[in-house]
Amino acid sequence: MLIELEDICKEYRMGDVRVRALCNVTLGIESGELTAIMGPSGSGKSTLMNILGCLDQPTSGRYLLAGRDVSRVSDDQLAYIRNRQIGFVFQNYNLLRRTNALDNVELPLIYAGARGRRQKALEALKAVGLAERAHHKPNELSGGEQQRVAIARALVNEPDIILADEPTGNLDSKTGLEIIAIFQRLNLERGITIVYVTHAPEIAEYTRRIIRLHDGALVADEKVTHQRFAPGVLRQGEEALR
Amino acid sequence: MTLWESIRMALRSLGSNKMRAGLTMLGIIIGTGAVIALLSVGEGAQRAITTQIQSIGSNLIFVFPGQISNTQSRVTRYTPLTRQDAQALDDPARLPHVAAVAPEINRTATVSLGSETVNVTLIGTTPEYQFVRNAVPAYGDFITPQDETAAARVVVLGWEAAERLAGDAEVALGQTVRVSNIQFQVIGVLEKKGGQGFGGGSRDLIAIVPLSTAHQRLYGGRFLSAQGRTVDLINVSAVDEQSIDSAIEEITWTLRQRHRIEFDEDDFTVASQQDILGVLNQITNILTIFLGAIASISLLVGGIGIMNIMLVSVTERTREIGIRKAVGARRRDILGQFLVESTVLSILGGLVGIAFGWGVSRIVNSLGTFTAFVSAKAVALAFGSSLAVGLFFGIYPASRAANLNPIEALRYE
Repeated sequence: MLIELEDICKEYRMGDVRVRALCNVTLGIESGELTAIMGPSGSGKSTLMNILGCLDQPTSGRYLLAGRDVSRVSDDQLAYIRNRQIGFVFQNYNLLRRTNALDNVELPLIYAGARGRRQKALEALKAVGLAERAHHKPNELSGGEQQRVAIARALVNEPDIILADEPTGNLDSKTGLEIIAIFQRLNLERGITIVYVTHAPEIAEYTRRIIRLHDGALVADEKVTHQRFAPGVLRQGEEALR
Repeated sequence: MTLWESIRMALRSLGSNKMRAGLTMLGIIIGTGAVIALLSVGEGAQRAITTQIQSIGSNLIFVFPGQISNTQSRVTRYTPLTRQDAQALDDPARLPHVAAVAPEINRTATVSLGSETVNVTLIGTTPEYQFVRNAVPAYGDFITPQDETAAARVVVLGWEAAERLAGDAEVALGQTVRVSNIQFQVIGVLEKKGGQGFGGGSRDLIAIVPLSTAHQRLYGGRFLSAQGRTVDLINVSAVDEQSIDSAIEEITWTLRQRHRIEFDEDDFTVASQQDILGVLNQITNILTIFLGAIASISLLVGGIGIMNIMLVSVTERTREIGIRKAVGARRRDILGQFLVESTVLSILGGLVGIAFGWGVSRIVNSLGTFTAFVSAKAVALAFGSSLAVGLFFGIYPASRAANLNPIEALRYE
């Protein structure tokens, strides 16, 4: 089991009021899974993603990542995990505005102290089909292109998991589908475990499993019977299913 | 991430807001510029004093009347020194480490030639003065033993005195001038020394006459005392540098004997050139430190400017910090990034400031009245303090950036 959550709770203090964002969430995700998380606004999806992505720590409960308890490790160790084991993709891309696509993709490699960074960053951009846009700054790229740069950045340190918090939320449905196609291909070709949050039921059907949250609690964990494949990945996907 | 990469990143980030970076640096530029400029003036003064004191003669020892007490810093006992004291010191058998002795009296006097009149320092001394104090004639001769015995009315003029009186130094030679309304013949003109004397007057604006002439003809009975004719100062030169201390000891013992005094109750002071240099250096050091301290206040203000702008920068770039943390930047990576940025800012300011201070010291030099010297020590100090200022005032903003929570930072608009 790659990800194991046991009784995860997360509370926030807003003034005097304590807000419970997550309540006793127990969940396991196998290596190589492609999973969607759904739920209405305020159901705790983002909180769960932040905890999964080691950006935040649970108030109580245990989080085992590849067998290691990461719910009680130091900030520096969390930074290391975010750098090497997890790639995070945000709804609003979160690219550095002043630097070009290539430099943005290179960023995790800098903190990893990796060698041959230019080459690796360029390869990651190639993997998302943006090699020729490497020297453009974020404001010179379309929303879909920016999100692809963000995926390349998540990908560049060869993580086990890519976590995406509403990656298609700011995109039209055609562009959104292109992003989903990239996730499907990465999942099929490289065996990367992918978890993404979405509001749209049709986007969720491109996965094999849908986890539903409501008011901070896990309310459903469904297997998708008829997984859909994005246009470019159709043949590959059907072969994999067989 | 290597240091070089961090510096490049910091330069890029500073370059994106050049106006702000420039204004922030201005504080440091003025601070280090002031440090360099003021230290260079202090250093220049020190060098000028050193060269002047060294140029007045080598292995020189001065004997003053009166004992200057170190603890009360005033003259406590006073017995005048006399010609006979000076003669007693010029005894190679008893004082083997003494090479030459030249007693002197000095007063201000007026020298005139025709309608030209100059105010000079009038020195009455013996022929040995030439060797003891490096008084080399450019034209003519120095006073001779015969002049001294005869109390001859002859005078050796300093370069500037000669030039002012006759229009040209060489022309003055052989002329008859009036010193305090007595006619003297100019037998020599000294080489130009340049610079300022101790008292502030030019070292070339002097007139030297035989001591006997000064005592008998110029000042009458004014230098008479119970012990004999008095002198203001006895110049002594030691045989060589190593024998200065021995010579001082010999002089001290001889004078104690002559003045019939017990141990540690001296009524005279023996000081070597080095002693005097030491005292003067101490004074200029205090002056330099004082000036430097004033200049460092502006450096401090510049540092506060850096801290201020770095705090603004951290707030503005909260989102960037969040992104960096999300992709794996550790606390120390962020800390390092902002520290390097503030340090690069202050070092750049420091370098420009050093250049600026150097320029100021050049301007001071070109004005001519004052010498300024930019020493490597001052440059190192200015560079070091701008580095320290950048680090010190960068720590607080940088640690604020490093301690940001990644989620809150990413949510920041």
